[in-house]
Amino acid sequence: MNASSDADHFVVFDRVQKSYDGENLVVKDLNLAIGKGEFLTMLGPSGSGKTTCLMMLAGFETATHGEILLDGQPINNIPPHKRGIGMVFQNYALFPHMTIAENLSFPLEVRKIGKSDREQKVQRALDMVEMGSFGGRRPAQLSGGQQQRVALARALVFEPELVLMDEPLGALDKQLREKMQFEITNLAHNLGITTVYVTHDQTEALTMSDRVAVFDDGRIQQLAAPDTLYESPENSFVAQFIGENNTLMGTVESIENDLAVVKLDDGELIDTLPVNVTKVGDRTLVSIRPERVEYDPSRLQPGAHTVKAEVLEFIYMGDIYRTRLRVAGNDDFFIKTRNAPDQRRLQPGEQIEIGWRAKDCRALDA
Amino acid sequence: MSLPIYASTGQKIWYYSFRVICGLIFFFLIAPIITIIPLSFNAEDFFTFTPEMLRLDPEGYSLQHYRDFFTNPDWQQPLWNSVKIAPAATLLSVSLGTLAAIGLSQSHVPFKGAIMAILISPMIVPLIISAAGMYFFYSRIGLQGTYLGVVLAHAALGIPFVIITVTATLVGFDKSLTRASANLGADPVTTFFRVQMPLILPGVISGGLFAFITSFDEVVVVLFVGSAGQKTLPWQMFIGLREQISPTILAVATILVIISICLLTTVELLRRRSERLRGMSPG
Repeated sequence: MNASSDADHFVVFDRVQKSYDGENLVVKDLNLAIGKGEFLTMLGPSGSGKTTCLMMLAGFETATHGEILLDGQPINNIPPHKRGIGMVFQNYALFPHMTIAENLSFPLEVRKIGKSDREQKVQRALDMVEMGSFGGRRPAQLSGGQQQRVALARALVFEPELVLMDEPLGALDKQLREKMQFEITNLAHNLGITTVYVTHDQTEALTMSDRVAVFDDGRIQQLAAPDTLYESPENSFVAQFIGENNTLMGTVESIENDLAVVKLDDGELIDTLPVNVTKVGDRTLVSIRPERVEYDPSRLQPGAHTVKAEVLEFIYMGDIYRTRLRVAGNDDFFIKTRNAPDQRRLQPGEQIEIGWRAKDCRALDA
Repeated sequence: MSLPIYASTGQKIWYYSFRVICGLIFFFLIAPIITIIPLSFNAEDFFTFTPEMLRLDPEGYSLQHYRDFFTNPDWQQPLWNSVKIAPAATLLSVSLGTLAAIGLSQSHVPFKGAIMAILISPMIVPLIISAAGMYFFYSRIGLQGTYLGVVLAHAALGIPFVIITVTATLVGFDKSLTRASANLGADPVTTFFRVQMPLILPGVISGGLFAFITSFDEVVVVLFVGSAGQKTLPWQMFIGLREQISPTILAVATILVIISICLLTTVELLRRRSERLRGMSPG
């Protein structure tokens, strides 16, 4: 997983900017280095600039400013068909007038590879995605999941070192999507190819990637491994975009090393980890994951601050319980508890005290 | 759709009168064309049905007008002119029209509306005006009375058909296919011939057939732009009607009708094929 060491930067975005109309920047000052063999996901809401970055890398869009390097070479002036980058398109973009085998053979033919060699490579690529017997069919005769596999095989058949994927699983149903997520990551790691994957699905990003770049407003908000991203979001956008999250507004009351006491708007005090608050009096948005909230006093550290909460709703979800609370005037404060044999079900109307470990509660920018 | 059991009297009346009206419209459109076919087998040199023909007496029918068409140099020369001019004009219309349609489908082209309007104007402007304009312009530059002149004039008339049919096909064309092709390493020329062209081919061919029929049936422009050397079939038929009312014209007309039917059948078959290809295409 340590593919991002400084030694081998396979793809580099160096101060890249992109504007379509000459006024508004869609991508603002992007700096990103991707290591060889790394699986990097660009995650963000639509319009955040992630797809534009992918298109610039593929060569379908040109950077307004800055430079993109591939294996140390600037590629700004190389047309898309000379970049040798594989790509899986959102709608697969299989050629409808060619059979599956002809689709896969196409990149080999334009590379002037001999017929027998071609057939061998096509068959190997199809076998790799378990579509070996479908070579004679046309794309329209395949299901969505099968087309997806063929698109993947076509992107890999000419053995590119870098493969781009633009929301490739968006059109599949949930089960198939989870299966393909697993297969794609396996394939990418086994073949040792560098993958840049674009998605707006955070689960996909977390489960598949070595590192995730969270995009918003044309900038990378945080670039980190999935666990770091989930557990230590650096700003309130990342905290709210990745996973479920409870937020409370307050003002910093005292701050020392790893502990900031925040006074909520209704006057209660809570313990937090200062992330990007620096001094007493700063407004802050405090973020806590639902599964890190405790309501059993015996499980809290002695001396920890607790907050009064009223149970509003209890939702049974099978493996977990989801409980909606009113905390400091916020009616949408959720907690998640595991459905364990000794777990107590909270009743609506019950008054409880909740708390958490200070390091799970992050004081972010307001 | 058959009449449902609960139909009211009004609905029943409409159901049958609708069919009668449709029948009348078809009759009105087709009767003049149908009539000339038996007349072209007339044994006499008349434009009317003889008593023998009405009695279905074999004596009243003959192939003499067809024989005349295939042997008389007055008809053979125009036939060869038409056969030379129409394909050349079609080829020109198809190449230029397809390129224009592809260009006009790109999002970055400025003044698209205006360019499109100019290119399809030969279809809208009265033919006699185009013809007169071409006559004066071509005389200036020495194209009047030449094969090239007639071919260019007919190509100008055919281009709008190609542009319209190809543009319609391009609307359904998935742009990510050309991107995919480039991404897989194909240069723009390969992409055009291997990916784009096969998919828009039905539109190109139907446009080409319309262009061909336009040139093959055209009389006004060729009268202005051509000279006796470029006399085409429709021109000869026009002269024939005016000067020597010969049933050979009917024989020619029958042959032209059959050619048109064959061409339009081809168009329809191609359209179905493309629908089949696209109807099942992904996305």
